[in-house]
Order: sequence, then C-alpha cells, then structure tokens
Amino acid sequence: MAKRKADFGTLYKGSPGQWSWIAHRITGIAVTLFLFAHIVDTAVVGWGPDAYNRVTSVYHNWVVKLLELGLVAAVLYHAINGVKVMIMDFWPSTTRYFRAMSLVSTGLFLISTAAVTVIMAPGILNDALGWNL
Amino acid sequence: MATTERRAPSEHPAGRSRRGAMGYGGRERPAGGWELWTWLFMRISGVVLLFLAVGHVLIMHVLDEGVDRVDFGFVAARWDNPFWRTWDWALLTLALLHGVNGMRVVIQDYVRPIGWRFAVNMFFYVVGFMLFVLGTVVVFTFDPSRWPGAS
Repeated sequence: MAKRKADFGTLYKGSPGQWSWIAHRITGIAVTLFLFAHIVDTAVVGWGPDAYNRVTSVYHNWVVKLLELGLVAAVLYHAINGVKVMIMDFWPSTTRYFRAMSLVSTGLFLISTAAVTVIMAPGILNDALGWNL
Repeated sequence: MATTERRAPSEHPAGRSRRGAMGYGGRERPAGGWELWTWLFMRISGVVLLFLAVGHVLIMHVLDEGVDRVDFGFVAARWDNPFWRTWDWALLTLALLHGVNGMRVVIQDYVRPIGWRFAVNMFFYVVGFMLFVLGTVVVFTFDPSRWPGAS
C-alpha cells in the first residue's frame, strides 16, 4: 500500500490529550530532578548558618530565579492537569467533556502562571538590571 | 504498508481497559496487584501534594518576597513550629515516593533493555532513599540553639 502524503513532513497534531500527556511527563520529571537537588540544599541547614546562607545565596541569582519561575509553572501545570486526569480516571463518564476540561485546565494554568509571573518578575528584574521595583 | 503498532486493549499485558475506548485520563488502570496499588497511590498522594506542594511553592517561592527572605534565621523560626516540620516531612516523603514512582513509569516506557532498566530504576530508588534519610534526619534533629546568636 502506498504511503499517504500525510504520513510525511507534517507536524503531528494529536488530540489535546497527547499534548497534556507529554507535558505532564516533562513537568513531572523536571520537578522530581529539582526535588533531589532541593532536598540536599535544604538539608545543609543542619550544618549551620554559614553553610546554609552560602547555599541559599545561589537562589538570589536572577538566572536561578528565572529557573525558579519555571519550576513554579511546572508544579502548577502538573497539579492542575493532575486534577483533570484524576477526574477522568475516577469518573470515566466525564471524558465526554474532555475538550472542555482541557480548555479549563489550560486556562487555569495560564492564568495562575501569569499571576505568579507578575508577582515574581519585580524580584527577578531588580536583580538582573539593578532596578528597584 | 501502513501499519499501526497499537495493540487492542484486550491484548495489553496489563489486561483489558476498564475505561472507555477513548483512552483519555491517566495511565490505564492496571487490572490488579502491585501495579494497581501504585496507580492508586499516585492519585491519592497527588491530591495530598496538591495542598502540600502547591502550598509550599506559593509560601516559600512566590509570596512575601519569596526566597529572598529565606536564610538560616527564617528556617529556624519556621521550624520552631512542629506544624511546619510535619508539613515539610510529609512533603519530603510523598514528593519522593510520587516522583520516584513516576520515574519508574517513565523508565518502563523508554528504557527497554532489562539490565539498563534495572540499573536506572535502582539509581532512582537508592538516591531517593538516601535523600529520604537525609531529609528526615535534618527535619527532626535540626536545633538552631547549637549556633547561638545565628538567628
């Protein structure tokens, strides 16, 4: 059978479920890897103020703060999408409203991430550009 | 010939899908045994982490100056309250279990050779366990009075 033209060279446009599935994976892996590092840096508090304050000063770097904003966004995505997954897993009849739920969860994620960005941006800009917002 | 590799639900090793044919939602619910318990654990811990992890991130990283205010004195004052020590220990435990089990599921999909899969899984189990011990010891033994005047 000849391969259809559509088999080649097109961007795969799957159902929203496939995009949220891969985003759930990526955010989950990212948060887990950060968690490993974060347990170590927090545990340093047991070695006294000099050691701990030295470690936490890393978090005051603006590049690290940008990564931190990404971390918050990843946690928010994983949490909100996780709720959507659980609703459909425990009440399978709700898959009928799958598209609506995808829209709502994506909207909640975008709104909450925008709010967090507005809150965190002054601190990042102050450190990056020497502003005093 | 254009073929699809997807197997019918009835051929899936985990057993027949108990959900609709659409395949929405999370990982297909396993038929039973250990896999069903980990599937259930991911969802129950997920609900708890919704409060523990999102709350932690908002309190520590977003609101009220975020990490700018976090230093030794801040932790000493915070962990003066057993409520926050308990919160942080519960977060440590559930986040590690949820994260390492999530890694196991992902590794099942992408690391096919059985020896490599064992090695990568073991790496996460061992590191996760060591971090659990480290975090537990620090959360419950931290005593700022060992450094007078620091906070």
